[in-house]
Amino acid sequence: MMHVFANFWLGKLNLQALPPNAIQWFGALLMISVPIGLAVFLTVTKRWKWLYKEWLTTQDPKKIGVMYIIVAVAMLLRGAADVALIKTQQSISVGHSMGILSSSHFQQIVTAHGTIMIFFVAMGLMFGLFNLIVPLQIGARDVAFPFLNATSFWLFFSGMVLVNLSLILGDFAATGWLAYPPLSELRYSPTVGVDYWIWSLEIAGVGSLLSGINFLVTILKMRVKGMNLMKMPMFCWSVLGSTLLIAFAFPILTVCLTLLALDRDIGTHFFTAGGGGNMMMYVNLIWAWGHPEVYILVLPAFGVYSEVVATFSRKRLFGYTSMVWAIMAIVLLSFIVWLHHFFTMGAGSDVNAFFGIMTMIIAIPTGVKIFNWLFTMYRGKIRLESPMLWFIGFVVLFTIGGMAGVMMAVPPIDFQLHNSLFLIAHFHMMIVGGVLFADFAAITYWFPKIFGFRLNERLGRIAFWCWLIGFLLSFIPLYILGFMGATRRLDHYAAGLGWQQLFIVSAIGAAVIGIGVGVQILQLVYSYFSRRNNLDLSGDPWDGRSLEWSTPSPVPFYNFAKTPHVTERDAFWVAKRHNLKDTRPYEDIEIPKNTPLAMIIAAGALAFGFAVVWHIWWLAVIGLLTSVVSLIVRSMDEHTERIIKAEEIERLDKLYSGGLSR
Amino acid sequence: MSSLRADDVDVLVSRHQPEQATLKGYVIGFGSSIILTMTAYLLARYGLLDKPIMVALLATLALAQFAVQLIYFLHVGREFSPRLKLMVMLTMMLIVFILVAGSIWIMNSLNGRMMNTKQMVQYMNNQNNL
Repeated sequence: MMHVFANFWLGKLNLQALPPNAIQWFGALLMISVPIGLAVFLTVTKRWKWLYKEWLTTQDPKKIGVMYIIVAVAMLLRGAADVALIKTQQSISVGHSMGILSSSHFQQIVTAHGTIMIFFVAMGLMFGLFNLIVPLQIGARDVAFPFLNATSFWLFFSGMVLVNLSLILGDFAATGWLAYPPLSELRYSPTVGVDYWIWSLEIAGVGSLLSGINFLVTILKMRVKGMNLMKMPMFCWSVLGSTLLIAFAFPILTVCLTLLALDRDIGTHFFTAGGGGNMMMYVNLIWAWGHPEVYILVLPAFGVYSEVVATFSRKRLFGYTSMVWAIMAIVLLSFIVWLHHFFTMGAGSDVNAFFGIMTMIIAIPTGVKIFNWLFTMYRGKIRLESPMLWFIGFVVLFTIGGMAGVMMAVPPIDFQLHNSLFLIAHFHMMIVGGVLFADFAAITYWFPKIFGFRLNERLGRIAFWCWLIGFLLSFIPLYILGFMGATRRLDHYAAGLGWQQLFIVSAIGAAVIGIGVGVQILQLVYSYFSRRNNLDLSGDPWDGRSLEWSTPSPVPFYNFAKTPHVTERDAFWVAKRHNLKDTRPYEDIEIPKNTPLAMIIAAGALAFGFAVVWHIWWLAVIGLLTSVVSLIVRSMDEHTERIIKAEEIERLDKLYSGGLSR
Repeated sequence: MSSLRADDVDVLVSRHQPEQATLKGYVIGFGSSIILTMTAYLLARYGLLDKPIMVALLATLALAQFAVQLIYFLHVGREFSPRLKLMVMLTMMLIVFILVAGSIWIMNSLNGRMMNTKQMVQYMNNQNNL
């Protein structure tokens, strides 16, 4: 009787779900201490109301962007903690020593590292930048669907919470970051780990899809009058490419995860060997999403570099049209290369050869872009400030990593290198060197626009050098180890192989990166407390080219007091050179009202995800109902906007441009 | 929403949808999509027909479903900038074609190189005898 009762209310949840050993208890307590610490801080400083009014219920894309970046940075620290454990284990688990982690725990950590870094760090930083910069660059006051935008963020947040809950209750997938069946099927992964993985990605993935569609529509429909597509800043073009990919690729992920969940929860057999299923179909589908995903991340990074190079070389971007075509070529080609992730699965040589050649072809538009940036620098007046340093570091790392990629595009070579640490080194070089460096450049570059003061340059440089040197130290050994036969997700190896020195070098490299991260946190704190010395009073600290620099820093909630006037590319640059003044009168502005409903929809989704993981069906029903009912309530609401009068805008604008807001 | 131009607002905001998007349209779309799904499911579940006819029929039903979704829910053909929509539609069809044709090609190639059941049983027996 007791048993039935507990089964109904708690599903599979019981005391065994708590962490099994000291290390995992430590992780769990650390994870709990973050929200508790935050709650205590908010209570002591009496900021709950402020948090609710200014942040949690906001529909302002700038604030949503900042929240995305805060979550992503927190997750970067979580991912970095995973790295510390992985590198320690790999340095000492040799021969008779088994290291500090059990094999299963190690696999969970590696899986969590991959999942978190891709979905919650790289994606989070990218969506943060979309929110902060895209509306400003196209001269808009908002995104096309502000409420949908807030909902997307909160769904992303719910997915993040679900991943981290697995540290406290139950375990995480020990399957690798893409959870291939049959390993991820119920028979071989009977715990809730894979379910956590499925539902956190499902929820965050829906958020990403909605956000992608939102920004696609925003760029196509909300550009200011006069800015046709070929006059857009390159960052917006790259976001357009990225969001096109999101719109076409993310549904595949959603379906793929749903099918796997059905296999695990209601006994279908899409991906099991028995009953007519085929696990190879899963690999095929997940990479049909997974390869475009790589470009979803890296295209906006290319956009950031395009902005940074042009600004810091004081020249217009070289080869604008070819850049646009390169982006569009990459968008299409990225859908025709997915098989190169599983050359070794056993397709015929005709299939492998086709996808190998396609993979080599996609390197061409990417090369075009690299040369365009270099030609932009050529004879420019280059200022080597830290955003530019990140760019130059990127060119070096990305070219090395890219060449390794073209090499692996040859199927016979891939047969040697598949699943080895060589591959790991290659894709870290692309994602860290390409995407993460761009995010750091972007944060340094646009920080004054959002917060009104610059980050400390000296600390930024130190952080850059730590990252670059640490990165090379950490990953060059992995290329070598890959050649020597070390495989990915390796938690133990024989002493006679002679790999230990290289693993230790790699761990030292990771520690140097860790110092870099520490310096970046210091940079943030130091810059905040010394902000009076580096205030951005002009609104245009770098002598910028695009519209966002025409606004005062920090950007007021309405973005533009008057809708900007655009006739050419680099509109703000032109306006500055010709000293154009806008004499049109101020107008009333409509902005969306705050609402908690976006957060409630996502909370429902979180409850639903958690309930399905643990088979607590009553909670699943409640969660789903909460989301659906909130959605209906919102759809019925006709009064979602408020109007700011022209006089008020005029008053604020004079105040801000006079630098009085500080 | 403030910087939208008037003609865009009609496309974006549902309460300004053009006249044709009526409750009747949605009900017809909803009903027919359910009927199409159920027909396909029941046919496959109970295997009422020979395989070639079944495959052809299921493919036809899928196409019909596609058409219903486009006409009743996405309102294709009634939009304000048909050229843009056409381009998006063609891109979508191209990508869907790439993914479907590519998957069929890949999975067939994999399948062709697998052992059949008889060979597999023999292979497993040999392994066990070792």
